[in-house]
Amino acid sequence: MKRGAGTVRRLRKLHWADWAILALLGLFFGYVWFQIDGTLKYKWRWEIIPQYLFRYDEEQGRWVANILMQGLINTVRISVLAGLLALVLGTALGLARVAQNLTIRMLARTYLEFLRNIPAVVVIFIFYFFLSEQLIAAFRIEAWARGIARGENAWIWELFFGDMRRFPSLISGIVVLALFESAFVGEIVRAGIQSIPRGQREAAQAIGMTWADEMRFVVLPQAMRKVVPPLANEFIALVKNSAIVSLISVHDLTYKTVELVSSTRAIFEAWITTAVLYGGLCFLLSLLFRRFERAER
Amino acid sequence: MTARPIIEIRGLGKFYDGFEALKNINLDVHSGERIVICGPSGSGKSTLIRCINRLEEHTSGELVVDGIELGEDTKDIRAVRQEVGMVFQQFNLFPHLTVLENLTIGPVRVRKIAKAEAEARARKYLERVHIPEQADKYPAQLSGGQQQRVAIARSLCMEPRIMLFDEPTSALDPEMINEVLDVMVELAGTGMTMIVVTHEMGFARKVADRMVFMERGEIVEVAPPDVFFTAPKSERCRAFLDQILEH
Repeated sequence: MKRGAGTVRRLRKLHWADWAILALLGLFFGYVWFQIDGTLKYKWRWEIIPQYLFRYDEEQGRWVANILMQGLINTVRISVLAGLLALVLGTALGLARVAQNLTIRMLARTYLEFLRNIPAVVVIFIFYFFLSEQLIAAFRIEAWARGIARGENAWIWELFFGDMRRFPSLISGIVVLALFESAFVGEIVRAGIQSIPRGQREAAQAIGMTWADEMRFVVLPQAMRKVVPPLANEFIALVKNSAIVSLISVHDLTYKTVELVSSTRAIFEAWITTAVLYGGLCFLLSLLFRRFERAER
Repeated sequence: MTARPIIEIRGLGKFYDGFEALKNINLDVHSGERIVICGPSGSGKSTLIRCINRLEEHTSGELVVDGIELGEDTKDIRAVRQEVGMVFQQFNLFPHLTVLENLTIGPVRVRKIAKAEAEARARKYLERVHIPEQADKYPAQLSGGQQQRVAIARSLCMEPRIMLFDEPTSALDPEMINEVLDVMVELAGTGMTMIVVTHEMGFARKVADRMVFMERGEIVEVAPPDVFFTAPKSERCRAFLDQILEH
């Protein structure tokens, strides 16, 4: 990469001011440490954490994921599945926002404003109690999932959904999270659609395409390519937001950490470990997306 | 000519944002006729031809294309659009599709003909516009003149009865104008009904059956080219011709 003459050269050497800032930060953390260690008399027990990540299963004779790792895997499952569902719902919502029919446009706008102006936690509870619970009861998902758990092909289902006995709770977490995220995906898709020049749509109309074909063959293929980077960012936000489904007792990483803390009282160790797991996951994702973006160019 | 005109425009008007873009336009176009519309910018030329395939909605008067009156009915509008090809100033090719796909998407998705047949047809029209070798490239890999010829071929693939051209050479570099005009002259030779908005007076002289001069949303003068260029009746038309033919 060549730099133009106008770009600001980034300094690669630390000066005394930088050392001063770093020293101040060091002092601050030292003080926090002193408070925890001296005043709280907190006893660090880092050695108990690894066994909650992985444990050796005597019966199976191999290492298996223990609660923190199970939680992390569930968080990944929920994020991926909710992300896919949010992409479908969000695309539909984005299309509804630019529909010709006024009623459809207004309904989409109402849904969006409802989601954007209410705290996520409140939205989650509302969706959970009013929608998911009813849907799960209506479709008898509970009995169906138990049937699969006892069936022969349970392992395929468990790969995607984890323990099938907990399927109803997992699926409400996914649905609720996807409904919440769909509003933001919808806005990204709408912006993508509206960024396509008018001439493209006119050319499609001029050969007699219907609105649906115009969207499907001309507008969306171009719009979706443009919105990949913002959608990738939104996916990382979704991974982090997925922590709130622990409130409706979905067994994700946050929920498992709460469990671990209440049984071991290792508050700092458990939460710091969880922070590192979330942080590492999201950081890896952002590195991955950045690499894809660079490859695209 | 006793047959019913293929395009009938009666008392057509268009208002938008309190601005009268078209005023009481009356014009009949017969099958096989070539009409060239000229006039200063903002005179409503583009608006008029965009009304013919209803990319713009007229607000008063009557517009009948190929026996179908254009109104609110979306089926009628699509039926008309299939019979009316349009070439835009900015080409408007689909950048995510290859040249061949640009040409087949209309026939396959709108006319519902088989893909193989659509491809054969596409290659035939690419031959017609003299770029058969570009079929697998993307629009961005072509020059402006080539892109516009692809756009013409795309319209022709729908096998329309009427072709509209909205300043097809205005966005082109000078050295590419002729390759597009040549294709249009050849098309005129096949008996296609054409309505062309352009300032290319050489082209107009060569192919037009009738010249239409517009100003401020009105048709000021309609005349065969020999009369139009040598003895225009209206003062405004003469002034316009003086300006553009000066050089």
